[in-house]
Amino acid sequence: MNAQMKTGILVASLVVVAVVASFAKRSDVYLLTLYCVYLMATFGLNLTVGYAGQMSLGQAAFFGIGAYVAAIALKAGVPFLLVLPISAIACFVVGLALGFPALRVQHHYLAFATLGFNVLVYLVMRNEEKLTGGTFGISGIPRPSLFGVSFDGPLAFFFFTFVSLIILAFFLWWLLRSPWGRAFAALRDNPIRAESLGVNITAYTLLAFAIGAACAGVGGVYYASLVEFIEPGPFHFSTSLTMLLAVIVGGSGRFFGPVIGTIIIILLPELLRSTNVSWLKFMQTWYLAVFGVAVVALMIWLPGGILSIGDRFKSKEVAK
Amino acid sequence: MGDLIHLILSGTATGAIYALAALGFTLLWQAAGVINFAQGEFVMLPAFAMLFFIAVGAPLWLSFLLTCAVAMVVLGYGFKRVIVDPLIKHGVIPLVIATLGLSIAVKSIVRAGYSAEAHPFPSAFPAGQLSLGGIAVSYADIGTLVLAGLIVIGLQMFLNKTVTGRAMQAVAQNTDAARVLGIDVKRMVLYVFLINAVLSVVAALLVTPTYLAKFDMGDSIGQKAFFAAIIGGFNQTRGALLGGVLIGILENVVGFYVSPAYKEGVALVLFLAVILFRPEGLLGKAEERKV
Repeated sequence: MNAQMKTGILVASLVVVAVVASFAKRSDVYLLTLYCVYLMATFGLNLTVGYAGQMSLGQAAFFGIGAYVAAIALKAGVPFLLVLPISAIACFVVGLALGFPALRVQHHYLAFATLGFNVLVYLVMRNEEKLTGGTFGISGIPRPSLFGVSFDGPLAFFFFTFVSLIILAFFLWWLLRSPWGRAFAALRDNPIRAESLGVNITAYTLLAFAIGAACAGVGGVYYASLVEFIEPGPFHFSTSLTMLLAVIVGGSGRFFGPVIGTIIIILLPELLRSTNVSWLKFMQTWYLAVFGVAVVALMIWLPGGILSIGDRFKSKEVAK
Repeated sequence: MGDLIHLILSGTATGAIYALAALGFTLLWQAAGVINFAQGEFVMLPAFAMLFFIAVGAPLWLSFLLTCAVAMVVLGYGFKRVIVDPLIKHGVIPLVIATLGLSIAVKSIVRAGYSAEAHPFPSAFPAGQLSLGGIAVSYADIGTLVLAGLIVIGLQMFLNKTVTGRAMQAVAQNTDAARVLGIDVKRMVLYVFLINAVLSVVAALLVTPTYLAKFDMGDSIGQKAFFAAIIGGFNQTRGALLGGVLIGILENVVGFYVSPAYKEGVALVLFLAVILFRPEGLLGKAEERKV
């Protein structure tokens, strides 16, 4: 498959999503928007996990920080276009501060540090009632309006999010194609060799982690605007776990891995919830259990994720 | 002052339970290079298994022994054969992901298949308090300390004084050299998995009366076990003990003097401080990086 064909397929699928959304039910439009929002966070996580090779279990915390900063700022009347960079920079800076101690040591330390960080952020959201509203959360978050155009309606907000997601994805794609992004992959594949070639491992890993965190922050802004009411629940560390697994299941280090993985963690369970087919109803309660078992099985038989199936067949043919 | 001593004593008892879970975690890492993210669920499952045996009429001590046997087969041998053996050759990360998946699966299966409620669990020790020079200490705390202490001392004796124990340490320190010396590495690694399973059952026996048996009870204890292991030193068995007890005491002190709401954050702050200033852990030795 050449590059032109790939671009063609990509553009075609984007158009299909846009057309489907235009004719979909109100609840399905909401679901698609939610999917785009989570995809912003998992795209960022893929940068940290797939390209820089670091385990992060705190993506939901950054997602939450973005959402809370946005909720407070938007309610205070700060314009959306200003809130976006504020949230992104806040998450970027927190990411640097958290990553600095953790990344000086071995890779799995970041997993523990981010896991604990997520627990701590969740506690702050729940307990600092003056700032975050505690378990009651923050309600009445406005949807954005830019240059006099309001994105209040579900479809308008979907397209707003959809276009923003495409811009974010394009930015990440450009980042990964730049010499800068090549250094990420170099240090994942062989850190010691990369270091000997003059790549500052700590600085690059730290940056990848912080940019990944900033993406989650951006996702959080759209999340707050979409649901118009936030409380600590969605930012529990179990969300971080499912986000990480989404990246891995889709195929970490593959640009479109999160697209598949996020369908599995966001779209599928919601579709099952609304189904009327009786045997699928059984899956509603057992979804996470099946998902967990599937992850274990996937790691045993296909550690590269779903998108690595193609490579698997190719390498078998070569082996013959 | 009386408050503080009381807090330290009961904190040490809680910390001893964290230490048991952390000990298994450290042993697995040393001997088999396994980071088990389902360690908390390894404590949760035995709690429910013991409740099951109690429900069918067995007394607590018999349930405990039966659960130990089942855990050694399922959480020890089964875990090693089904999940660790096929994955260990791919490196640490796929195994970490698989244990994360296992953790979600086990939690969700218990929740969907059995119950999402918290179930009370009988204490192994009598209720009530003992007054020592004006300081009240509950029998449960004393019992926990004595039992955990005995197990830790027993395990240390086994590791240091018996041939098998020393062989296990040799495997942990240098697998290849151990193999050259004729040590049956596979069997030693299996023993570590079995010991981890039993330690988890003991931790479950001690912690469940206060935590209650619930599908997500492993979240908290699993995290404390990771942090305890790292704070004390990932490559030191004694480190897990120190880390566990330190977290237990500080949580109690912070919960009482600062704010009970942030008790759960203590372990993280301690962990960040340790990796900033002494990344190898309080008792650990710096590991040389393999090129």
